[in-house]
Amino acid sequence: MKIGGSSNESGETYAAVGNNDAFSLEIEGVSRSFGDRMILREVSLRIGRGELFGLLGPSGSGKTTLIKLITGIDAADEGRIAILGERVPSLPLLGRIGYMAQADALYGELTAKENLMFFGAMFGLGGSRLTERIGATLATVGLAQEAGKLVSRFSGGMKRRLSLAVALLHEPELLILDEPTVGIDPALRVSIWTSLLALRERGTTIVLTTHVMDEAERCDRIGLLREGSLTAVGHPDALKARTGAATIEEAFIRLGGDRA
Amino acid sequence: MRVRALTMRIFRQFMRDRRTLALLFVAPIFILTLVYFIFGGPGSAPKIGTAGLPDTIAGALRASSADIVPYDSAAAARSALDERKLDAVLAVTEGKPTLLLEGSDPSRSRAVLLAVSTMQRTSAATVFQPDIAYLHGKPGMSSFDAFGPVMIGFFSFFFVFLLAGVAFLRERTTGTMERLMATPIRRHEVVLGYLGGFGLFAILQSALVACFAIYALGMFMSGSIWLILLVNLLLTLTALTLGTLLSAFAGSEFQIIQFVPIVIVPQAFFSGLFPLDGMSAWLHKLTYLMPLYYGGEALRGVMIRGEGFGGIGVEVGALLGFSLLFAALNVIALKKQRAI
Repeated sequence: MKIGGSSNESGETYAAVGNNDAFSLEIEGVSRSFGDRMILREVSLRIGRGELFGLLGPSGSGKTTLIKLITGIDAADEGRIAILGERVPSLPLLGRIGYMAQADALYGELTAKENLMFFGAMFGLGGSRLTERIGATLATVGLAQEAGKLVSRFSGGMKRRLSLAVALLHEPELLILDEPTVGIDPALRVSIWTSLLALRERGTTIVLTTHVMDEAERCDRIGLLREGSLTAVGHPDALKARTGAATIEEAFIRLGGDRA
Repeated sequence: MRVRALTMRIFRQFMRDRRTLALLFVAPIFILTLVYFIFGGPGSAPKIGTAGLPDTIAGALRASSADIVPYDSAAAARSALDERKLDAVLAVTEGKPTLLLEGSDPSRSRAVLLAVSTMQRTSAATVFQPDIAYLHGKPGMSSFDAFGPVMIGFFSFFFVFLLAGVAFLRERTTGTMERLMATPIRRHEVVLGYLGGFGLFAILQSALVACFAIYALGMFMSGSIWLILLVNLLLTLTALTLGTLLSAFAGSEFQIIQFVPIVIVPQAFFSGLFPLDGMSAWLHKLTYLMPLYYGGEALRGVMIRGEGFGGIGVEVGALLGFSLLFAALNVIALKKQRAI
């Protein structure tokens, strides 16, 4: 079966956890070293369409490296990665991925709207479609009132939200978020999660990294990364049951991901 | 469309960064003005001591904006010259006119010679042909007019190099480069967008600096202003592509500054600001690797020798070649940011 045609078949593939012929993301035996330091070793993972997947692990466990390999910004030494059935790296594929890095990566001299206009153009959006998408994403992240404000005057939380808006702009089929809620106050975190869950409802696949355990609980599946290896993958409840732990935090520690 | 969007973005960022705009536009003007005043603006009129000069000649000399100080004898005038009270002595002894220049400051010497030749042209005294001698120095020493054209090119090159390098680097350190690379933009589109955005300001800066030097400071100019702008533009494009290329090998703004003594200063030495005649032949060949050498040669050719496009074709071609080479290397260097 052809996976990832040009039309968005996400309606049918929603919540396709474990549905083997509808993968958004396939990672097979991926390794990456910097110098003689091995950051990732033989990581394999399959993420279904419409799945919300959380990547957990202590700092330095290789989460960000894995994220960069998935986007194609960095290249793996070994193994293969495919997104929506297409091999990474691929330029057209980048147009179907929304990526939000740990750094906010915005242009401080531009207004929120100008930032969105710029990145929109990078994704080939223009005219009324771009205007419409800018309005929609700014509303999603609650920045509609701040569209004309210079980003250099934004607070940290506002920048984080605008950064998310950039990732959502072109309605990507796969959303890759590196610590989307870090440095954001609890109320805002709730509103960002509401947006993420709404996107999943519409069939967007979401892969995110997090340090916050209650966020991990809300994922369809989580993967624990430790010293470059995936030590456990499964539904939060399944992982808790497997380790006999009451909380995901405890399960995380029992599975050996405790070194912060 | 992406190239245009990138160009627009850089334009906007520039317009909101007043300090950088000031550096780009005001700093070259400021330094050029300083150099102008240090190396001989029109300043004061040349002081010429005279002895035994016919009144008509003295009058014509005074009319050609020279300061005339009459002396009773040539010897008295000569001793005043020795004491550096005069720039030159024009004396007629035994019916023979001689012009003795102090000569240690080329700009003063030229002012004297200019005054004398103006006098010769304006008065009917074309038959008045003094023998010219120098007390110090020798004729034909270069000065502001001689290295001014090179300085115009140098400033454009230096500031665009610095700004482009830092801007490109900042895009990397703030993470926007990574984000840009996570969009379907092609590497050559990034380079073209930068050329567009910075090129706009490079054109404006070259035009402003060249026009200021020529029309406000009165720098000697015998060629076409459009050729000056063309050469300056090509020079800044070279600086732009070189700056962004080298920023790929810098980790901070400070490291960009470290390229200045390595990349900029040697070019200044080889650009024609300093005479290269005494240099050994193998070292001299290094000039062919220096974009500023071609820029300086072309600017001097147009401004001083009044050369047309044909006369600077080689230099224009070399600058174009440098730009293309650096731009292509840029596209390759961007592979460091994204594998494809």
